[in-house]
Amino acid sequence: MSLMYRPTAAQQMKVVVGVKRVVDYSVKIRVKDNKVQTDNVKMSVNPFCEIALEEAVRLKEKKIATEVIAVTVGVKKADDVLRTAMALGCDKAIHIVVPDAEAATLEPLAVAKVLAKLHEELKPDLWILGKQAVDGDFGSTPQLLAGLIDAPQGTFASEIAVADGKVKVTREIDAGRQVVELNLPAVVAADLRLNQPRFPNLQSIMKARKKPVDTRPIDKLGVDTKPHLATVKVEEPAARKAGIKVKTVEELFDKLRNEAKVL
Amino acid sequence: MNRLLSRSVPMLCSAVPGLPAPCTTLTEDEKMLQSSVREFALQHVQPRVLKMDEAAKMDPVVIQEAFKAGLMGIETPADLQGSGMSFFGSILAIEQLARVDGATSVMIDVQNTLVNNIFFRYANAAQKAKYLPRLAQDTIGCFCLTEPSSGSDAFALKTRAEKKGDSYVLNGSKIFITNGGEANIFLVMATVDPSKGYKGITCFVVDSREQKGVSVGRLEHKLGIRASSTAELNFDNVVVPAENVISEVGKGYKIAIEILNEGRIGIASQMVGIAQGAMDATMPYLFQRKQFNTAIGDFQGMQFQYAQAAMEIHAARLMVYNAARKKDNGEAFVEDAAMAKLFASQVAERTASKCIEWMGGVGFTKEYHVERFYRDAKIGAIYEGTSNIQLHTLAKFVKDRYAQK
Repeated sequence: MSLMYRPTAAQQMKVVVGVKRVVDYSVKIRVKDNKVQTDNVKMSVNPFCEIALEEAVRLKEKKIATEVIAVTVGVKKADDVLRTAMALGCDKAIHIVVPDAEAATLEPLAVAKVLAKLHEELKPDLWILGKQAVDGDFGSTPQLLAGLIDAPQGTFASEIAVADGKVKVTREIDAGRQVVELNLPAVVAADLRLNQPRFPNLQSIMKARKKPVDTRPIDKLGVDTKPHLATVKVEEPAARKAGIKVKTVEELFDKLRNEAKVL
Repeated sequence: MNRLLSRSVPMLCSAVPGLPAPCTTLTEDEKMLQSSVREFALQHVQPRVLKMDEAAKMDPVVIQEAFKAGLMGIETPADLQGSGMSFFGSILAIEQLARVDGATSVMIDVQNTLVNNIFFRYANAAQKAKYLPRLAQDTIGCFCLTEPSSGSDAFALKTRAEKKGDSYVLNGSKIFITNGGEANIFLVMATVDPSKGYKGITCFVVDSREQKGVSVGRLEHKLGIRASSTAELNFDNVVVPAENVISEVGKGYKIAIEILNEGRIGIASQMVGIAQGAMDATMPYLFQRKQFNTAIGDFQGMQFQYAQAAMEIHAARLMVYNAARKKDNGEAFVEDAAMAKLFASQVAERTASKCIEWMGGVGFTKEYHVERFYRDAKIGAIYEGTSNIQLHTLAKFVKDRYAQK
């Protein structure tokens, strides 16, 4: 039975949550000129970031975390995700503002470097990020951040438990579930089954107005965010073709080898 | 007008400075409230809605969750345990709830736009401090005006409040009281002196946990909004201290008329939500269902009908939003409110009726939800001022603009 890590007055457990503003998961994506159309399209908090926020707020409610900070690296309009984060229970927020033109080419490595820079300043005990963003689907920012700050990582987390200066992370892997125990500070990447996020209640929406947002332009951080990847092509997935019924095994073999080319 | 506090309503900035914003513009907080209430409705109300309608009973879990979500004290300030938002916020919440369930929507509408609103506008500081926190956190309230012999002719009411020393003794019956089955706080319109006509009508706050003699009679079996309790209430020698008079003796008629003008916008919003909910339940089906090798939504006859419906819902919504903004801005809104309620109730009935037809046979069954929106829409033309009363009111406004004085 683990002893709960109860911070004393001298020990403050700080949790930072990375939040990304993305095209809402329910929107039908349209591609034009090798770009995903984002004009007049509904934007929301990335679903995995919502799960990360929920976990952090629960840690605060259990009195394990004493402070929860939300961070986003994004365009000026992205401050709406920070307002949501504060309405859900974060104490404060940091907005690293990226000019609209740069936002499209901002890569996970650049974001990880920005977060690593903030790590030096904030010195949190725990980073909770979503495992991937539903627009880029890189799924690499948490791992890159952990590498840059030389911290242990617990990715694809379906359960976390903080105790005695460590965090036990249950990871969903191909073989089933794996439990790792990490020394703090650590980076956790939230997966789908970690929790069911709440929606903000009305009182906290109003309280969120008074919470501070620290807004800083990205170029003032002294971080190299130069992109290393060039997007060559973006296209919608091919329309699904109807299946066919084959009459014999020979026909099946022929189709698999000569049409689908999988044999 | 006794405002609870002069709260600075957030500025609606348009893209062009100096230009008023379109009336569909919402502040960031309002957008968050809207999506928050939508999530609430989908998570807590939607799974229970068929059962609640069939049993004609509001699930206690829905009521509990509504209190927890801050939906029962939307405009109540934070220092009285409320959510501290504007009237427009209530309107948005009512619409999002009605998109899923008209009955849940009206429960929250009455609590916010009638009960809480009477305290904001007419109660003294002691009454506000005593009742508003409870209404925001755990107690349902109701507005008791209608009696068996007085509906539209509200001020022919007979419930009597006899002064006895420092108290009043209430005797009489009310009917068709929304929330009557679950409420513990009752705002009762009674007359202290029948000879004074409407000038004797006074508004009393009765708390059934403090004052004895309030009982719930029958709960009506209704066509629609079945899960909303519509109760007969009996007041049998209910002794109420004089400090429970809201505003002043004889001011009850003014309170009732003014509060119903505001509550009307809430009902209009409920109707917009019902119309929208019916569309939401129907439109996807039109593109799944194929007849004669075509999605039924692609037949021109259908296209023309659903385009018309979408237009009418949009128009009704604009009327509701504008009326609510005018109220929050302290501008005259009585005519806007009457028009919004009259139109929105008509749109809800027409839309829901058409939706059933578009769905065909399945539209006639309970599981597809649309028939419930049709039944729920009908009350819009009746409560909080019948459509004929709205027309009567509007005619006066129109005449005033043209008739020679």
